[in-house]
Amino acid sequence: MSEAGAPAAAGGGRPARRRRRAMLPALFVAPGLAWLILFYAIPVASQLWVSLQTGNPDDGFTQTWNWNVYPDALGEYDEQLVRSVGYAASATLLCFVIAFPLAYFIAVKAGRFRNLFLLLIILPFFTSLIVRTVAWQTLLTDDGWVVDTLKSVGLLSDDGRLLATRTAVIAGITYNFLPFMALPLYASLERLDRRLVEAATDLYASRWTAFRKVTLPLAAPGIFAGTLLTFIPAIGDYINAQLLGTSRQYMIGNVIQSQYIVVRDYPVAAALSFIVMICVLIILAFAVRLIGTRQLSEAAVA
Amino acid sequence: MRTRADRLRDLGVTVWAVLALIYLFVPIFVIVQFSFNDNEGRFNFTWQRFTLKHWKDPFGVDGLQHAFTNSLTIAALTTLIAVSLGTFVALALVRYRWPGRGTVSALVFLPLATPEVVLGAALLGWYLTLNFARGYTAIVIAHVMFTLGYVVVTIRARLEGMDLHIEEAAMDLGANQWTTIRKITLPLIAPGIAAASLLSFAISIDDFVVTNFTAGQTSTFPLFVFGASRQGVPPQVNVLATMLLVIVVALMFANLAWQRRAARRDARMESEPA
Repeated sequence: MSEAGAPAAAGGGRPARRRRRAMLPALFVAPGLAWLILFYAIPVASQLWVSLQTGNPDDGFTQTWNWNVYPDALGEYDEQLVRSVGYAASATLLCFVIAFPLAYFIAVKAGRFRNLFLLLIILPFFTSLIVRTVAWQTLLTDDGWVVDTLKSVGLLSDDGRLLATRTAVIAGITYNFLPFMALPLYASLERLDRRLVEAATDLYASRWTAFRKVTLPLAAPGIFAGTLLTFIPAIGDYINAQLLGTSRQYMIGNVIQSQYIVVRDYPVAAALSFIVMICVLIILAFAVRLIGTRQLSEAAVA
Repeated sequence: MRTRADRLRDLGVTVWAVLALIYLFVPIFVIVQFSFNDNEGRFNFTWQRFTLKHWKDPFGVDGLQHAFTNSLTIAALTTLIAVSLGTFVALALVRYRWPGRGTVSALVFLPLATPEVVLGAALLGWYLTLNFARGYTAIVIAHVMFTLGYVVVTIRARLEGMDLHIEEAAMDLGANQWTTIRKITLPLIAPGIAAASLLSFAISIDDFVVTNFTAGQTSTFPLFVFGASRQGVPPQVNVLATMLLVIVVALMFANLAWQRRAARRDARMESEPA
């Protein structure tokens, strides 16, 4: 059956039926492929076309091949771009620090309760993202118990606050992207052959050395996939900055959103989103070369 | 040989894992708790006293019922279309060898790796270029686009774990390709299809970013909550969010049980040749 796609040999058996077989995968793929080309590939590419137009929302936009939009947009919003990368990187690091022991615990120590724990990790994310982030607003509010507790143990100064700060935005991103890190980490730790670690300790490696020289390198694909799957969407995030921060914490997503929907300066918005997409494609191209598409897409859904 | 230091380290990992799980659930507790809050004024930020009144009247806010119904029907339509398209893409990717397989595989994966704001912006720009009206249909088109990849990857995993010999046996016994797919393959991957449906429904009903770009004047549940967040989110939103969570979790457990039964059946088929 796996050779069904091979060209039908003339005169061998029933050529008509073989040709129909060869057609089958094309028929299967066509509708889904058409959808992705029409509503993903072309729209993403057409951002370049939109970005080079000039005009205004009332009189319409015309194509003028205004390449200057790119240096202009980069010059005006470099602050938000740099902030996006910084916030996304901090959140990714925090996700790793929180998720690695959790994933290790589930893979190595949870035994037959593994599936239950995995379910517990994704369960919170079946409530609405917006509702969840509003809940963080409630938690971090100025007279809430989190702020009170931090003040009483001296971790926050008396006039300090959490809501509307950089800390709150990064914490929000960390929370909302944690499963993207935890699940790939779990997948690679679960596959890891425990006997290799035992062999290392039998050969007089300390537990810490065994962890550093055996466990970590073997978990590298999961660490890598988790980092990508957290970092890339986090760059484009704007919900957390919007709900937990102020305009001083705005990221590039906030700019794209407001330029497209509020200000309706489509070329600048399209230019910024095209820049983000190009960066993503570059990162992905490196990733695919390193670990392959399969592993990446499987980690995405786990 | 386990030393005291080893045991201490194990304890550390366990404590950390428990703390991480608590962290994951804190906002969920807040959502559920404040659905029972007898709040004063517009804001639902501080706990007053217990009440069931919001649960008795979950749609007691203007526009909430309309937005919620929209979200439900959009998610249902999205799931129907995405799963129909995605199942066949997955079949073609796993069961056949054909030129361009790698390219299609990459194209299916790309939307999963694209930041949502880029997906939304690109579609909005495309709709504007085509003069295509934003609204209900525009939202469904967008949701199918970004759930399709999740459907394909989920069903593909189930297909790959499946025994090829049963399909070959059916064909040897004279069934044609289409009959084999209909009578053998589809029933066997049914748990995968159910999981994919659940996933695409959950992703669609929760989507804010892409919906925000493509909705125009149409309202959905996440859009309603976001709009309300500036003036104070009504407790009814917490009630609906809690209900949704309970339903999705119940369905997930049901699917898990079903998958486990299917896995046992697969194992039996392998041990006693058909």
